[in-house]
Amino acid sequence: MLKLVETLTAAEEAILEASERFAQSNEKHGAFASLRDNGLPTRRVEAWHYTDLRNKIKAFPPLAESVLQQLESVSHLGESRHQEKPVVAGSRVSFVDGKRHVPANLSAGVTVVHSVPASPMSGPADAIGALAALTAISGIAIKVEAGALAAPLEIGHSITGANTVSLRHHVSVGEGASATFLEHHSGSDAIASLSVTMTNLEIADGADVRWLIFQEEGNEATHLSQLNIKLGAKAKLSILSINCGGSLVRREINISARGEGSQIAINGVNLIGGTSHVDVTTALLHEAPGVSAQELFRNVVTSEGRGVFQGQIRVAQIAQKTDAKMACNTLLLSDEAEFSTKPELEIFADDVACGHGATVTDIRDEHLFYLRARGIPPKLARSMLVQAFVEEVFDAVEDEAEKLAFNSRIEDWLVKHG
Amino acid sequence: MLEIKDLHVRIEAEGTEIIRGLNLTVKSGEVAAIMGPNGSGKSTLSYALAGRDGYEVTSGEVLFNGINILEMEADERAATGVFLAFQYPVEIPGVATMNFLKAAMNSQRKARGETEYSTPDFIRKVKEASARLGISMDMLKRPLNVGFSGGEKKRAEILQMALLEPKLCIMDETDSGLDIDALKVVSDGVNALRGADRSFIVITHYQRLLEHIVPDSVHVLYKGRIIQSGGPELAMHLEANGYADIIADAA
Repeated sequence: MLKLVETLTAAEEAILEASERFAQSNEKHGAFASLRDNGLPTRRVEAWHYTDLRNKIKAFPPLAESVLQQLESVSHLGESRHQEKPVVAGSRVSFVDGKRHVPANLSAGVTVVHSVPASPMSGPADAIGALAALTAISGIAIKVEAGALAAPLEIGHSITGANTVSLRHHVSVGEGASATFLEHHSGSDAIASLSVTMTNLEIADGADVRWLIFQEEGNEATHLSQLNIKLGAKAKLSILSINCGGSLVRREINISARGEGSQIAINGVNLIGGTSHVDVTTALLHEAPGVSAQELFRNVVTSEGRGVFQGQIRVAQIAQKTDAKMACNTLLLSDEAEFSTKPELEIFADDVACGHGATVTDIRDEHLFYLRARGIPPKLARSMLVQAFVEEVFDAVEDEAEKLAFNSRIEDWLVKHG
Repeated sequence: MLEIKDLHVRIEAEGTEIIRGLNLTVKSGEVAAIMGPNGSGKSTLSYALAGRDGYEVTSGEVLFNGINILEMEADERAATGVFLAFQYPVEIPGVATMNFLKAAMNSQRKARGETEYSTPDFIRKVKEASARLGISMDMLKRPLNVGFSGGEKKRAEILQMALLEPKLCIMDETDSGLDIDALKVVSDGVNALRGADRSFIVITHYQRLLEHIVPDSVHVLYKGRIIQSGGPELAMHLEANGYADIIADAA
């Protein structure tokens, strides 16, 4: 096979070296050769055109110590001192610097399985899949059988040092079951950490799943994450993704709708400040008829922030009566802020309704003046208007406590970056 | 209370001077009506007084209780007691009316060094004031002005005025878009707020509004200047004869 790169970057060398620590497996082998011969993707790779990973990742921080210790006793499920409170009420499994903590009192209906199934990279451009295959040494496999989970189950991730933490999860939701999950990522400012998280989610027929993602890593953190979903028939899937942290963020959401008549909603808020670069890339593959999907992203970019949204919708020939809509609205709050949007529709069926729209705006002067004419100082007025802009994304959230938790975090972000 | 001295205002985007040497004094407790034909500068005057960006004051002074408010930002003017009732209140999706009212009241109180209202006190004040104006709590649960009818928007403006208790109220064509019943509700609301330490500038095209809000003085604005001042009888004269003879006299 033709080599794309002659020499590897320091980060690429370090990734390959770190991966040598682990036992060989076929999935790793492909990823190893791919990274060795092609390097990390640059702008020349279509899927990474707006996020030049190879040039942006300058270093590969060492794997967290606790993870290395865990390697020696894989079954170790030690108590963690860094246990945080859940973002919303419910039970929580957590990974602090990669160290797994599973409380004894998990909600009824949740089963934790100790081995996480292997998952090879999906294609040559799947850099996150390759990183997970090469460096993930922990993770969790969760099964929710039939019935409804009474409370949300949170999967918490936090990093306390300048380390790499690479994890891989597998979640399956059984036929007709319903469950809410919250994938939480946190960290502290001024720590150059790298987190790689790959989650494979299998949703059986007739299941109803809400997957909430809340990413609030520190201002020097690199966050690479991937959520791969296989969706059954007549199922409901609702994703809410909030990014309000990290220095370099790539969040991928890949959905393959394999059964008829399912409903998908993907909503997201990206708050991008400082010099952060946040890329959300979604790929929705319709492989069965009569699936409806709605995507709505609201982005707020301040200072020298850069945002990217790539939304791919592919409709197979068999997927007649597909109804897919995608909207990406951005508020640019400074002259240096940037946002790139790339919708990509590939349709092979003839009886479908697919649409997409993107807007970029600033706060409207007449709105700002109205609030200021009532005595509201500019900073508060702007923050009220920005909050109003992202608010619509939360319309679908029925739980008031959940809504409050997200809103208060958005307020905090606005106070910090307003 | 308010002294406008030789005010010149131009709209930055267009570069044209709209207010051209306007002089006006409004005493404490006085209701001054400003009438004028289309394009005479009525809305420009109200925006310039409220401090809207893009309305550039090229010369002159606006003294409000002795302080030149032209030096202040719009929100600072509001906290000092200047209130503009908008001709076309904007709809702001996503901003809940109650949150907006609380932010406005407490921001002003904070700016003046007063203690902010607690939530129960705030809700009680809003309930009292809205009951008087026939505003339902359902309406206040909606986003600010969104889906309000013309009459509801104007009533919401008067509600804000009642809650913010300003010292100078500038009413920009409050009668536009109102039917006679709504006009009555709005006028009653304004009349209830009249008092010895509150002045009003009522800007209007028509004498109709002035039958309900009876002014102490009437001023005719034409091409950016006050060309004639008088009592309520001046408004009657305009209603009967139009602006032509007064404009001719001034020329």
